[in-house]
Amino acid sequence: MPIEPVAQLLSVALDSSVLLGGSGPLDLPFREGYVWSIIYVSLYVSLTAVTLSTLFSVPVAVLLGFAEFPGKGFVKSVINTGMGFPSVVVGLVVLFAVSNQGPLGALELIFTTEAMIMSQFVLATPPITAITLASVSGVDDGVRDAARALGGTRLDTALVVLKEARYGIATAILAGFGRAISEVGSVLIVGGNITSADGISKTRTLTTAIQLEARQGQYGTAMILGAVLVALVLTVNAVVVHFGDSGVTR
Amino acid sequence: MPIQRRKFVAALGAGAVASTAGCSSTDSGNGDGGDGTGGNGTDGSGSAGESIGVAGETLTLTTTTSTYDTGLLDAIHTDFEEMYGVTVDAVAQGTGAALETARNGDSDIVMVHARGLEDEFMRNGYGINRRDLMFNDFVIVGPESDPAGIQGMSSATEALTTIAEAEAAFVSRGDNSGTHTKELNLWEAAGTEPGGDWYQETGSGMGEALNIANQQGAYTLSDRGTFISQRSEIDLTILVQGPIEDGPEILANPYGVMAVNPGVHDNANYDLAMAYIGWITSPGVQESISEYQMNGEQLFFPEAVSENPDFQQYVPEGWSSESSDE
Repeated sequence: MPIEPVAQLLSVALDSSVLLGGSGPLDLPFREGYVWSIIYVSLYVSLTAVTLSTLFSVPVAVLLGFAEFPGKGFVKSVINTGMGFPSVVVGLVVLFAVSNQGPLGALELIFTTEAMIMSQFVLATPPITAITLASVSGVDDGVRDAARALGGTRLDTALVVLKEARYGIATAILAGFGRAISEVGSVLIVGGNITSADGISKTRTLTTAIQLEARQGQYGTAMILGAVLVALVLTVNAVVVHFGDSGVTR
Repeated sequence: MPIQRRKFVAALGAGAVASTAGCSSTDSGNGDGGDGTGGNGTDGSGSAGESIGVAGETLTLTTTTSTYDTGLLDAIHTDFEEMYGVTVDAVAQGTGAALETARNGDSDIVMVHARGLEDEFMRNGYGINRRDLMFNDFVIVGPESDPAGIQGMSSATEALTTIAEAEAAFVSRGDNSGTHTKELNLWEAAGTEPGGDWYQETGSGMGEALNIANQQGAYTLSDRGTFISQRSEIDLTILVQGPIEDGPEILANPYGVMAVNPGVHDNANYDLAMAYIGWITSPGVQESISEYQMNGEQLFFPEAVSENPDFQQYVPEGWSSESSDE
């Protein structure tokens, strides 16, 4: 269902460019393919970052949840602090890392989607880890004990706990995705908000495109892009929730 | 589809570079025309050079919001990209940030508009082969009611002093951009230290600053290009004209282009940066710049092509060498 508003908004955006096409290329709010390309870059960067982040965070959260060690509370508060990390600061840190002068300078990652994925990975990891940790910790101890009592290995136990905590983990991933796709500070700094001259995005995301339109006082087009972004996040959430539900019935 | 065309043209472009390196000056295509001209140059002689050249490379250009947001770069870059089969990554920052990015070796070429900062950049060895590119001018804009009464003043510094004395709201970019640098120079020339509730540093781009000024009924300094491109959205009007409309020369707004010194940053794409400088200062592209219009008005005035020598464009302003007589 959320796909329809996206399609409508896009057709509005594209229609208006067709309508204005006669008066010259300067009057186009968006060129052909422009909106699609920034949607693609947004999704590519955020989904890749969140996937990597999930692969990293969930095992870490499970290990943390199972382990008992001195200083565990401190580790937790570090992770929770990370949830509030300003994206601009993350962008600056990644910029220093990937800049020609930085430790990763030789890889020439600045102003690429790879650098944007790096910064969004840093941004998405704390919420995914923290929420997964919370939901893993929230699984009733009896479940764990039962798994062990039935002769399960540590891995079996972990899988059982993960299955019990799947709603929390889905929420964690959605929170990480929401953080990644909606942030503008870091992708602007490390990505550079670049499109090619023919209007196809290289490192421009929906958020940086909105920022660009707002900078130029084009609040109307900025709002359209904002609506596209909201619709996109809604769609992704709907897809995840849908899969979550079908997992329950199975 | 466009990508395939790009690759095709890239292959042609590689041949064009190798065989007819000088043809750039004859092309003034605004995008669509570039296709045909790129192909023409290579018809008979392209195949030999396909494996060499710059095709597929990327030129990272850091520039100011005023060149980018007016749409000028998108309009002219297609021609360069198709001619050489390369990609230009234009990153719009303020002049200060654009130079800083280049200083860190993260861009290959800069196009900015603050001669003082450009000179410092050159003196520190980061930038070479500077060329004057184009100019427009700054204008002092404000609400039509003009609370400080500066309309029609022929002196920009007098206008600013009047605004300061009236303590009328003034929006400053406050972002170390070329426009901000110019504004600070103007205050200094006026002998007035801005400050107080009426003076607001926004730390934002020109478009945003114009919007803030518009909402608050404040004055601000704007480059003419951005103001024209945004005029239909806002109620501000030009109160003190720049030199293009016979205003004071102090409001001139010259843009320069410079390659990053490969002696400092050996990863800088110097060859392509120089190709770009050659291309954008060529008569054909200079013509395209002068033809670029928004809302029926010319935004930029080319100044790279001249019969007369202008040695000062290559060096920091006022530079001279004792031993340069020879």
